Amino acid sequence: MSPSLITQVGALAQRSVLKTLRQPFQMFPIIFFPAILLIINASGLHAATLLPGFPTHSYVSFAIAVAFIQGAMFSLINTGTNLAEDIETGFFNRLALTPLRRVSLIAGLLVGVAALGAMQSAVYILLGVVVGAHLDAGLGGALVVIVLGSLTALAFSSFGCVAALRTGSSEAVQGLFPLFFVFIFLSSSNLPRSLLKTPWFHTVATWNPISYLIEGFRSLYIFGWDKTALLRGFGVAIGLLVLGLLAVQWAMRTRLQRT
Amino acid sequence: MAEKNDNGIEVEGLVRDFKGGVRAVDGIDLRVAPGEIYGFLGPNGAGKSTTSLILTTLLPPTAGSARVAGLDVVHHGPEVRRVIGASLQDSALDPFLTGSEHMRLQSSLHGLAKPQREARGRELLAQVGLTEAAERKVGGYSGGMKRRLDLALALVHRPRLLFLDEPTTGLDPQSRAALWDEVRRLSVDGVTVFLTTQYLEEADALANRVGIIDHGRIVAEGTPAELKAAIGRPSVEAVPHDPGERERLAAVLARFGESAAAASNGVAVRLPRGAGDLAEIVRAIDAESLQVADLRLHSPTLDDVFLAKTGRSLEGAAEDDDADEAAPEPLSA
Repeated sequence: MSPSLITQVGALAQRSVLKTLRQPFQMFPIIFFPAILLIINASGLHAATLLPGFPTHSYVSFAIAVAFIQGAMFSLINTGTNLAEDIETGFFNRLALTPLRRVSLIAGLLVGVAALGAMQSAVYILLGVVVGAHLDAGLGGALVVIVLGSLTALAFSSFGCVAALRTGSSEAVQGLFPLFFVFIFLSSSNLPRSLLKTPWFHTVATWNPISYLIEGFRSLYIFGWDKTALLRGFGVAIGLLVLGLLAVQWAMRTRLQRT
Repeated sequence: MAEKNDNGIEVEGLVRDFKGGVRAVDGIDLRVAPGEIYGFLGPNGAGKSTTSLILTTLLPPTAGSARVAGLDVVHHGPEVRRVIGASLQDSALDPFLTGSEHMRLQSSLHGLAKPQREARGRELLAQVGLTEAAERKVGGYSGGMKRRLDLALALVHRPRLLFLDEPTTGLDPQSRAALWDEVRRLSVDGVTVFLTTQYLEEADALANRVGIIDHGRIVAEGTPAELKAAIGRPSVEAVPHDPGERERLAAVLARFGESAAAASNGVAVRLPRGAGDLAEIVRAIDAESLQVADLRLHSPTLDDVFLAKTGRSLEGAAEDDDADEAAPEPLSA
């Protein structure tokens, strides 16, 4: 990587982080929405821990994994919206008119997303401490949670970039939120898959990759170091990221036709 | 390949088609000399912005060729981008960044060395009168401030050619005049300016030469004076104080030239010998003891040129073609 490429990606990443941090309406849902849902679920669904086969006595420790996925969903919307706004305002063309390489345009944005993803994961870990979640894997586990959180935000955000590049419309990107959010409810977010007794729901949750991401985070809170759950979680995150980046590359070809 | 000191633009048979059979640019030929301010004038939807996008390498042409600074825009896109600056339609700025942050970002992306970035940013912000607003977020800037910052950003890497697309749209007269001064100064410094505009006054005031585009084709080209001279002489229009004297007034003016279009209560004639007849006309009116409420000399305008070449007024055409201006985006190409 040439120094100039590092400089360019660094400059764009810095701008991406600044842009998000300076928009309170983007920060608010990232922090408060998962916090409120966690508190509601933890108090309302606590009785689920009494079910035979439920893996822990602390529903907060069980449910906090969902916060990381919700945060990544918000990253998807925020990243897509910001990129779409850049296209709408012509800022994207301004960047395209510089000697910036095609790959740097998105790399800068996504490096910023990864940094924000790590920051929001750290916030959720602290939130968990406040509401009484127990991180069984300890400090090392917290670091893994941050890495997985960042990777998940990055993977989801790449799909936000695809939506932005294809539609060029921030409203269209925001309209995708319910579509992505429904995947959380069709997963093992509220109960372990082994306790999902409705056949169709169990099947959907088993095929839904979000289940394995949630179980990756959850394993660190409940079981400590569960190699299988972590491998599946990281595998899904990396797989989604690869798919997302391939789709970004395809969408970029049609959006950016510069010679 | 490029001649190193060639800051000009050469375009031959340029065509750009979009999906649905829309031909936005239809065989344009033009040449812009180094250091020249070339006004590209036309109504909305005429193909101005599409041409600008092609010349700035953001959109490949369907056919034809274009060389900017001696470099083919299709085969040498990255090299072209290094030598051009562009301020495209609307101010493409991030409302959440400050003026200084914009300058730093742009300098970094253009590869300026770190010590140069701050200095160049300060220099350009001072040049466009934004020093005091440098640390404010751009979301709070006025339209004129945004346009000036936009121009400063286009100049970060000292481009040899500058593309300005509708640079003064929405600006108040004072901001417009300030931006015109800056463009003139750049031209004096040797920067070639390709100025896309729909404002006649702007093209007239700034451009050394003007190309008038309509429906993707150049319909007239030359200096503003040449274009205006080509379509005729000035006209004089008089409005009688007493409407009943209109016929007598018309008879007096008819001695000086053939009838021309006038306001409903006035009389106008085209002056074949130019404005020199004006004093004689005043004396003739006085000699007939006619009182006039208004007397005006009309010089031909670029709008008259557009009217003569297309059969439509430029301002009327702008309204007609507003719906077309949604210049098809690259995605739909």
